Amino acid sequence: MTPPQDGPDPKVAEADRELAAVDGGVIAPVADVEARAAFAGDAAGPVSLGQYWNQYRNKLRAGDVGSLPALLGLLVLIIVFTIAAPSTFLTTFNLANLLTQAGSICVLAMGIGFVLLLGHIDLSAGVIGGVGAGVMAELMLKQGLTWYVAVLIALLVGVAMGIFTGVMVSAVGIPSFVVTLAAFLAYQGILLWIIGTGGTVPITSDVIFAVSNGNMPVTLGWIVVILSIAAYAALNLLVYQRRRTHNLVTPPLVVITLRIVVIAVVLLGATFLLSQNRAKGNIVLEGIPWIAPLVGVLLVIWTFVQNRTAFGRHVYAVGGNAEAARRAGIRVGYITIACFVISSAMAVISGIVAASRLNSVTPDAGAGNTLLYAVAAAVIGGTSLFGGKGKARDAIIGGLVIAVIDNGLGLLGLQAYIKYIVTGLVLLLAASVDAISRRKRASAGG
Amino acid sequence: MTQSTEPILQLRGVDKSFGAVQVLHEVDLSIYPGQVTALVGDNGAGKSTLVKCVAGIYSIDAGDYLFEGKPVQVSNPRDAAALGIEIVYQDLALCDNLDIVQNMFLGREPKSGIVLDEGQMEIKARDTLASLSVRTVSSVRQLVASLSGGQRQTVAIAKSVLWNSKVVMLDEPTAALGVAQTRQVLDLVRRLADNGLGVLLISHNMNDVKEVSDRITALYLGRVAADIPAADVTTGQIVELITSGRSGEHGLAPAIAQESA
Repeated sequence: MTPPQDGPDPKVAEADRELAAVDGGVIAPVADVEARAAFAGDAAGPVSLGQYWNQYRNKLRAGDVGSLPALLGLLVLIIVFTIAAPSTFLTTFNLANLLTQAGSICVLAMGIGFVLLLGHIDLSAGVIGGVGAGVMAELMLKQGLTWYVAVLIALLVGVAMGIFTGVMVSAVGIPSFVVTLAAFLAYQGILLWIIGTGGTVPITSDVIFAVSNGNMPVTLGWIVVILSIAAYAALNLLVYQRRRTHNLVTPPLVVITLRIVVIAVVLLGATFLLSQNRAKGNIVLEGIPWIAPLVGVLLVIWTFVQNRTAFGRHVYAVGGNAEAARRAGIRVGYITIACFVISSAMAVISGIVAASRLNSVTPDAGAGNTLLYAVAAAVIGGTSLFGGKGKARDAIIGGLVIAVIDNGLGLLGLQAYIKYIVTGLVLLLAASVDAISRRKRASAGG
Repeated sequence: MTQSTEPILQLRGVDKSFGAVQVLHEVDLSIYPGQVTALVGDNGAGKSTLVKCVAGIYSIDAGDYLFEGKPVQVSNPRDAAALGIEIVYQDLALCDNLDIVQNMFLGREPKSGIVLDEGQMEIKARDTLASLSVRTVSSVRQLVASLSGGQRQTVAIAKSVLWNSKVVMLDEPTAALGVAQTRQVLDLVRRLADNGLGVLLISHNMNDVKEVSDRITALYLGRVAADIPAADVTTGQIVELITSGRSGEHGLAPAIAQESA
């Protein structure tokens, strides 16, 4: 019989250190036996800047690259296009245009992100957006409903479609690929039936039209941006303060401040540029396009859901290991349905944004590349197709990459085929990063 | 070691059949607080079935289920969890993409309002690991993917004691581990018992069983062949009990052993 042990057995610690070293050497924190005693990584409270940088580097080396490749890619693309199309790409007019182009992709990708987090796929999201937009436009045109009632009903249609997909996947057990492929085909028929062959439905509401075509008044734009930055800074510093007092793990204050400063500079810079008059004729065209705050609000909501709520935590758990989640008492079926509902509802919003941009709903709305661009955006941004990894902001970064490629190549006057080939290659590159980093993570783990 | 008091969990005369096949015959099982009870038996002896009956995954056909001396109804895993019975599964039920804290609280996250209470989780996770003298992880915010097999098992066990549980059942906790890591996990199992929990250890490894357990319950073809203090038997005798149902004065009566075979 073993006598109870009061402290760590030095022999065990020694042997375990050797094991840890053999394990691949990537798990650097474990290799240091001194640092391991009593969670040395935690007890120190805030780590120094150097330590934080080291941790971050180790994370990257272990394959956890997040959205870093996409951010770098975005930067490279912007530089390339600025050089290639100096007179057109980096103008305030094009900047606003770019945001509008990215808008519907970002919204769709954010929703699909939830489904991808589970390791599922939603091929029908684009078409669901088309159906939602069609329902909204028809209700406003034929029934004369106010825009918010029509939007609400369209959202409910999306929710119903999401529940249907979710039930088919979780309760019946059909692979999501097949269910959503079937839905992709069938919903195109429904949209055609709603609109009627050959026709397009115009958008009759000024409010809906303004979503993609209107701009915020300049003063309002400044107020909103400054308040947002202030709120972001206050929240981050508050959390830092609270974690410090409880002696919990927290990044150094410098990093937090730097993060706030970078975000503030980017937002203020963009606001400044967008507040200039960018019209070429006599009319005045200025202010932040309404699409930007809309996407911003959705980003904040879904980031909050993913990082701060039990539901979000459970989504990650199901995506990481569905069996473990089930044993932990998480209702996997319910989470699956909820994610498909989020995806479908966001798809409807995206469809409305796209319809607003066209000022009409066509029978092929949401078909074609819409969905594939959104999936590409999520993956390029750093969401894993294998499930369990990804954030709402990935969709924004990836959506911007896609929009920049689309927009930049268009400005260069290149043929359409080049655009498709380049977008395809970028997606392949992003998926490779995902697959390779996943392999690295697998070898880094015990 | 600890004097045997009242068993915290007791099964009496439990039968369990799947269709025409009777898997458990009048099984008695007692788990005592502060003791490690080892459940041994060959493949197909009914160990897993028995544990699943205790855990409420299977319902029992006949017999009594007593918890802290009182008869209770355990018809699903939630009933078992409510009584304070936790199971550490063989294939670790952890999510690689979450960190230690997130895994330990998975499915039972404390909240303030609708927001997760990360601070409370982190403090409690650290306290629990410290109370088990676990010092092999540098940060409770490490991703589980970055842990070694032994560390993962440690996290899985720590997760099971987080909820003021009274009985912890471990299914082959050392099956996939190396020598040093097995050592680490066995020490932890011992510490659970020393902290006053009732521990049921299922293992194929006789060395582990002899080393860490206070009592041994041997199953032979769905019957309890012996329920004896670990100190009273040798490793050889345990193996005999497992393979033939009897060993010297221990074990099933020859007639029953024959009949079951």
